[in-house]
Amino acid sequence: MNAGTIVIVGAGQAGGWAATTLRERGYIGRIILLGDEAHAPYERPPLSKAVLSGSVPPESTELFSAERLAALDISFRPGIAATRLRLADKQVDTSDGGAIAYDKLILCMGGRPIVPPLPGVAWGEGAAAFTDAHGVHVLRTRDDALRLRACLGPGKHIVIVGGGWIGLEVAATARQAGTRVTVLEQADRLCARSVLPAVSAHLAAMHAAQGVDVRLGVGLRAVLREPGESQAGRPSQSQSQSRSVAELTGSHPLAELTDGQRLVADAVVLGVGLQANDALAREAGIACQRGVLVDQYCRTSAPDVYAAGDVAVSTHAEAGGTMRLESWQNAQDQGTAAALSALGEPAPYLPTGAVWSEQYDAMVQIVGFPALAASEVLRPQTDAGALVSVALDGGGRVVAAVTVNAPRDLRQLRKWIAQRALVNPALLQRPDVPLANAEIR
Amino acid sequence: MDTWKPVARIADISPDTGTLRVMHEGDAVCLYKLPDEICATQDRCPHGNASLAEGYLEDGTIECPLHQGVFDIRTGKPQCPPVTTDLRRYEVRVEADTVYLKAQTP
Repeated sequence: MNAGTIVIVGAGQAGGWAATTLRERGYIGRIILLGDEAHAPYERPPLSKAVLSGSVPPESTELFSAERLAALDISFRPGIAATRLRLADKQVDTSDGGAIAYDKLILCMGGRPIVPPLPGVAWGEGAAAFTDAHGVHVLRTRDDALRLRACLGPGKHIVIVGGGWIGLEVAATARQAGTRVTVLEQADRLCARSVLPAVSAHLAAMHAAQGVDVRLGVGLRAVLREPGESQAGRPSQSQSQSRSVAELTGSHPLAELTDGQRLVADAVVLGVGLQANDALAREAGIACQRGVLVDQYCRTSAPDVYAAGDVAVSTHAEAGGTMRLESWQNAQDQGTAAALSALGEPAPYLPTGAVWSEQYDAMVQIVGFPALAASEVLRPQTDAGALVSVALDGGGRVVAAVTVNAPRDLRQLRKWIAQRALVNPALLQRPDVPLANAEIR
Repeated sequence: MDTWKPVARIADISPDTGTLRVMHEGDAVCLYKLPDEICATQDRCPHGNASLAEGYLEDGTIECPLHQGVFDIRTGKPQCPPVTTDLRRYEVRVEADTVYLKAQTP
């Protein structure tokens, strides 16, 4: 396909890669990139790290600048959201009252943080609901990061709800800024959806050593704010250390936990997951299932409509079934794949499951699909903070791996996962045997 | 006249990885042992928080261990997404098995 108009809805990382890939592959038609944020496409990983700590300016996360997009003759329209897809007419209605006709449409609407329907937590709509005055925060956008940054520092206390990647990265950044941090995780271990138990234990020990109060099996019941409400509860000992009940005012949230305890905080940070922004597609009759369903060519159920990134749900039997991947790697790779499909040069996209996380001085790297795992084998490490966890399926084949501060091993593991290599667990556990020699050929 | 500062001996470069991270005038620099020469670039990947000395050396390229960005070591040019910025290169001289990097300031 060489002419016409391709409209991309969503100017995040996936949308940005889709747009630039179209041009780099020689597409000469019109490319329109709609983004409801005011910013050019940027990468989100630094939002919980360097942007949150203030060590880099938020603009530094930019992926493709407005100038670069203009140079590629991509019509980037920041602050303009798609409001309706009219598939029969092949048109997109926009928030500025316009309508754009498309030949191909790529949906990259991403997701939004889940806000649990708890008293004092869920109110209002959208980002406007989360303000300093309420004391409840989410972290998805640059603006979210700047709001939360103001709540960090010595003498402050934040309660993080959810011991997943976002929660743990915020915990690490907040601790490094001198903040007192409590992490609540309803499950009995951290990051339970994405890593096996030994990795969870490693993460919990690391955060405990840094002074984070990690509470497993405990969730949030409500956030109280009114002075009358806050005085109704007796503070626990740890709260009274930092602030007396008399000081409680409506400006400080009071987190009530499922075990009945109440914690005074400067901020309550929700890190309980992401939901796909699939309403636009659903309302247009495109098949959705907690996200826009796509095949391995990023095609949705509607002709000429593709989806990629956090919003897309794909099924890969060899990767463990139906999945919606919320990763940097997937946003880039699937965004690129959707563009190739739209250009009529499709190549099947199989995700690698690659995810990374930086917490304190730990570089955590994940690859593969833990959903397929039947057992976990640890390879002993000499460095105290290092970890290599290899996940095997029932047949002894490598299906996933996690390394902490062991980047070199990851390359071998990645190769094994792609090949579903059969390995000898006993040899994996022997540090004197080179990793490669653990493979059974 | 150029000044050269010794940073390592060739034997210090790991035969396993072909790389070595050294400090040179306050910068982290990665040395690479290629079949016919020694090269040097900035050690930190311009894309992310990763040390290229922990990456994978192959056919004159280095692959970042974090996001698999690949650079040509001799030219510093990025070879594939996500990397888009050239690596800073350093001039290298080898004498009597010692690796020298050119001083930026006399």
